[in-house]
Amino acid sequence: MVNTWIAATLVAVIAGVVGFFVVLRGAAFVAHAIPHGAFGGAAGAVLIGVNPIAGLGVFAVGGALGIGWLGRRGRHDVATALALVLMLGLGALFLSFSVEYAAAIYSLLFGEVLGVPSDELLPIAGLGIACIAALAVLYRPLMLTSIAPEVAEARGVGAQRIETGFLLVVALAATMTVPVVGVLLMFSLMIGPAATAGSLTRSPRNAIALSVLLALATVWIAVAVSYLTNLPVGFFVGTLGAVSYGCARIWTARRRGRTAPA
Amino acid sequence: MSVPTLDPSADDAILDVDGVSVWLSGREVLHDVRFRIMPGEFTGLIGSNGAGKTTLFRVILGLQASSTGSVLVGGRPLTRRNPIIGYVPQKVFLDPDMPLRARDVVALGLDGHRLGVPLGWGRRRQAVDAMLDAVDARRFADARVGNLSGGEQQRVLIAHALISRPRLLLLDEPLANLDIRAEGEVVALLARIAREQRIAVLISAHDVNPLLPVMDRLVYVAAGKTASGTTAEVIRAEVLSALYGQHVDVLRVHGRILVVAGAEGPSGVTVEETDGAAVGPDIVSLR
Ligand SMILES: Nc1ncnc2c1ncn2[C@@H]1O[C@H](COP(=O)(O)OP(=O)(O)OP(=O)(O)O)[C@@H](O)[C@H]1O
Ligand SMILES: [Mg+2]
Repeated sequence: MVNTWIAATLVAVIAGVVGFFVVLRGAAFVAHAIPHGAFGGAAGAVLIGVNPIAGLGVFAVGGALGIGWLGRRGRHDVATALALVLMLGLGALFLSFSVEYAAAIYSLLFGEVLGVPSDELLPIAGLGIACIAALAVLYRPLMLTSIAPEVAEARGVGAQRIETGFLLVVALAATMTVPVVGVLLMFSLMIGPAATAGSLTRSPRNAIALSVLLALATVWIAVAVSYLTNLPVGFFVGTLGAVSYGCARIWTARRRGRTAPA
Repeated sequence: MSVPTLDPSADDAILDVDGVSVWLSGREVLHDVRFRIMPGEFTGLIGSNGAGKTTLFRVILGLQASSTGSVLVGGRPLTRRNPIIGYVPQKVFLDPDMPLRARDVVALGLDGHRLGVPLGWGRRRQAVDAMLDAVDARRFADARVGNLSGGEQQRVLIAHALISRPRLLLLDEPLANLDIRAEGEVVALLARIAREQRIAVLISAHDVNPLLPVMDRLVYVAAGKTASGTTAEVIRAEVLSALYGQHVDVLRVHGRILVVAGAEGPSGVTVEETDGAAVGPDIVSLR
């Protein structure tokens, strides 16, 4: 149970920070595609008898590089969709060969947050620190390329390189958190708190902090309630994410309505 | 000859565009463009949609290679990252959902290209506040930038481009979405900045009129060719007809200028080389 709390806390911090940039850059689809596609890699790894996390990592990084490369010109969504269907297709193929291990792979889809072994905590923490350090280094160019890529280019920032670096951070975050919380949960944890924070506060720094706090609150509540009710954690995380974002939008709309001249 | 008003030597020019041609997808988008800009000068880059204004900016910024010709910025050949140029692009994506204040956008102009998280908050904040004051945008410094009006966003973007203290400011259609009042305010602001800080301004627009009160010189782009000089020199029926390759009339009504394409001229209009000595502006390369 202690391991669960530590793992959930680490995952929430990482998802909160990475999610802020995902929402800022309108990259929700990429954040959806990378962990889901990587799931196919885990299936492949199980098939050839290596650690599913290795397969997850290879597919996540491969997907990120593919999306970055295919999406060089303009919009990412087509490249992202192609990478996703390719990886999912491979995953389906691998799964069809390895029926008896389906349960292990199934747990990747929904995570096993209530059964995290101690020796997995250190790698999670290490990868998490790497993700956050990378984002701290890329912070200003990421912000600048999000609003004015041409200005960034004119100032010598390779927008393409920054984008690829960002996609790799998403891949790293997915690799390390998916085995703990599952594909579905990872995605909702990246988008829900960050989107809510972004609509509640105006400054980027506050939004990052609030995003982390909301992600923490979400997982802690979800884990506790799931433990008590024996219902899946993913259900609570997804619901909390959607509900908090909905509430934030209603609240900001009301506040705006009130301050507008009658 | 090419800059009749100031009689400069090429070394003093902050921007020297010399015979630049650009081919894109097998089409010559710009043909033998040449003009010069002096420090503190306010220059309009006038041309209709698709004339090649943005392409010319991209060449000056080093983002687009030219097929022929050369560009000197501050007397030096182009480099990829030129700190003496400030740039306000035509399209800036400011989503109202982004948690980003006007002051954050301006601060990114200071050091947005650097890696790492910013240090020295106090000094940055002072610089940003001073810049926001200079463009009269302090009122909405802490507003969500995506919610600001078009004119307010334009001020923020100008501050973003100016905070790194450029000597040449390029603005790509900054007046495009503004009403007449906001247009006048932004133009007056830019003219003041050019004068007070001796920053050369090159501003593109499809309409010459909003810029008439402040423009020192203009570069007119049509059909890939350009003509440059003062307004009186360039905005003339002969010059513009030569550029467009068809007959156009220039009407002056209540201090406004209308450039009107006449009835379709006979195909294969012959354009006579205008006498440079008599006319003044350098009409560039009539084919
Ligand atoms: N990458 C490209 N490949 C081919 N043609 C291009 C490319 N980029 C621009 N063009 C063409 O070059 C011409 C000039 O484009 P440019 O964007 O410079 O025009 P503009 O004067 O800025 O127009 P607007 O007022 O609409 O912004 C257009 O006809 C455009 O279609
Ligand atoms: Mg343009």
